[in-house]
Amino acid sequence: MIKSFFEKVTRGLVKTRTQLTDRLDLLLNQYGEIDEELLEEIEDILISADLGMTTTLRMIQDLREALVEKKINDASRVLEVLKEVMMQHLSLEATDRLAYDQRPQMLLIIGVNGVGKTTTIGKLAHKFKSGGQSVLLVAGDTFRAAAIDQLKTWGERVGVETIAQQAGSDPASVIFDGISAAKARNTDVLICDTAGRLHNKKNLVMELGKIFKVARREYPEAKLEVLLVLDATTGQNAIAQAKAFKEVADITGIVLTKLDGSAKGGIIFAVKDEVGIPVKLVGLGEGLDDLEDFDGAAFVNALLG
Amino acid sequence: MALFEGLSDKLQSTFKHITGQGKLNEKTIKEAMREVKLALLEADVNYKIVKDFIRDVTEKSLGESVMKSLTPGQQVVKIVKEELITLMGSHNEKLRFSSRPPTVIMMVGLQGAGKTTTAGKLGALLKKEGKNPLLVAGDIYRPAAIEQLKVVGEALSLPVFSLGDKTSPVQIATQSVKEATGKGYDVVILDTAGRLHLDENLMNELVAIKGAVQPDEILLVVDAMTGQDAVKVAEGFDKALDISGSILTKLDGDTRGGAALSLKAVTGKPVKFAGTGEKYTEFEAFHPERMVSRILGMGDLLSLIEKAEAGFDEEKARKLTKKMKNQELDLEDFLEQMQQMQNLGPIGDLMGMIPGMNNKAMKNIQVDEKEFVFMQAIIQSMTPKERRNPGILNGSRKKRIALGSGTDVPRVNRLIKQFEQTKKMIRQMGQMKGKFPGGGMNLPF
Repeated sequence: MIKSFFEKVTRGLVKTRTQLTDRLDLLLNQYGEIDEELLEEIEDILISADLGMTTTLRMIQDLREALVEKKINDASRVLEVLKEVMMQHLSLEATDRLAYDQRPQMLLIIGVNGVGKTTTIGKLAHKFKSGGQSVLLVAGDTFRAAAIDQLKTWGERVGVETIAQQAGSDPASVIFDGISAAKARNTDVLICDTAGRLHNKKNLVMELGKIFKVARREYPEAKLEVLLVLDATTGQNAIAQAKAFKEVADITGIVLTKLDGSAKGGIIFAVKDEVGIPVKLVGLGEGLDDLEDFDGAAFVNALLG
Repeated sequence: MALFEGLSDKLQSTFKHITGQGKLNEKTIKEAMREVKLALLEADVNYKIVKDFIRDVTEKSLGESVMKSLTPGQQVVKIVKEELITLMGSHNEKLRFSSRPPTVIMMVGLQGAGKTTTAGKLGALLKKEGKNPLLVAGDIYRPAAIEQLKVVGEALSLPVFSLGDKTSPVQIATQSVKEATGKGYDVVILDTAGRLHLDENLMNELVAIKGAVQPDEILLVVDAMTGQDAVKVAEGFDKALDISGSILTKLDGDTRGGAALSLKAVTGKPVKFAGTGEKYTEFEAFHPERMVSRILGMGDLLSLIEKAEAGFDEEKARKLTKKMKNQELDLEDFLEQMQQMQNLGPIGDLMGMIPGMNNKAMKNIQVDEKEFVFMQAIIQSMTPKERRNPGILNGSRKKRIALGSGTDVPRVNRLIKQFEQTKKMIRQMGQMKGKFPGGGMNLPF
């Protein structure tokens, strides 16, 4: 899986990679010794990867300290130290992975509009089903036009059933239905879609809080994963999204989608730094298999070359 | 109201600092520019654009006239504003309509940017302006995308042209234009599948559609929350398709919307519209110069007035003005006024447009839209007689109204008090009239 993650990220980031690596190579050849100019260039590179100003400055500071501590003054070794520093910022834990063999479990998929929640659910269902688990989907997005149809289509594609009510019905009640069905059928994995909502819409975020409460109250025996889907293209706003959603639901991880584009997804460093939520999965395309466990080292490597 | 709020806050505090000082020196400019740079980067403006911007503003600020000026801070604000306007454009760029209808508008963009919703919103806006648009379901790839456009079309009473998901998008586009010509639709709005600018095959498909139907407008739909990558996305689509402009979506979030700056700077093509909410009416012409004013904390009174004009029934407004003048306002009018206010969209949005309201102060104000629902329910539970003459409301009447509206007596009392206060306020405004040149205050509503 690590190999395939690396391949996919590498493939996804191929343009990014050449660009960053070329720039770094050029830089590192240009400079014999590490100086302010070089650090400033690295700063630019990190900012252009959406790490954001605050996180970038913090990272550069850590890099400085690490260089002093290791007594490194040779520009050619900056990259390896930078990678180490970036890995430290991700501070990955073994528990950052989804527990694929655990049952029963319930996955609540949340996020702002258009980040790829429904597509992610299709891929997740496929992943769990391929692992031999029984899966049930819940069409909790009762708001957006044809969202229910979209989820059902994914369900059919993967070969799992979808629990749904009419468009416009109360999402918490659909989730409740889903939980009842999962219990009755002894389903291993229940995956719930929710409507995309901007995190500054107070009422909609409160509604999400209600859904979360229903999930915890009605299905205590299940391991509850609340996955926040973030679009890799998103800039600094992702931090606000993570903060706002975290206030109403215990987010257990992030799914970083659309990493097959030219965006680098550097925002996850800021989200980890400032909100403390780890990335669990990455989306790398529109195919059923284009969802992988997050691998920090591969990610950093692919990002910096 | 979010839009550029954060950036606006930052720049305001920076420049307050400068204005507070008597004279501007090189050091102060540098300090201010550092703040501007930080603010712009945090707003996700592309770092290269930020660098150029800072360089230009620094150069101009260091000019002699600024140094000699009595209020150097104001001059820097002016330069920053002018430069931002240069970057963003100075006025709203309208759609180009073909002299030989149908006008073909093609929507393109990444997955999840909001093309389908935006196609519907644009159709509704054009219909309101007297056009007869046809929506075309050209996204044959995403599950239920066609169904989504159909639902949107139905909600907005707009016709949707679809050939299912087995016909090629190029065919669909060509056929739809024929359909429009035959049936007298004067605008064709072509929804296309979301795609990556890196995906050569899918980009070629767009090029083929362009070749087949020769669109009058190719609009790139971009999520306002996009980060540094906005530049590459815009470059990619513009290079392949020579887009005519862009539409910024999800601008109702708390995003600072630096993508707007990046888009314009990198393609030279204007942002023409902005999506500002989930409702189909929450879509408007993009006014870059007003956006710049908002960045600098000048509010957006123009947008407010325009919104008010569009949302209000003039006849009703005239009657209301007359009643206000004669001080005969009753609860019927109060109710009507409330309903009209709601037509304008969220109250918070309106308040954000008022100068001086769009920064810190706004953050502490939570306008509870539910309160309006209660107030309406209360008035609707009154008899016509009670509405016209609230004076007759005694204890038992209030109890009945509370019961009927599902509220309680204190809430009914509160409403009556609010109504009395409004009347009092209007009376005072009436008395102030003579003191203002031009006679009276021109309230936008």
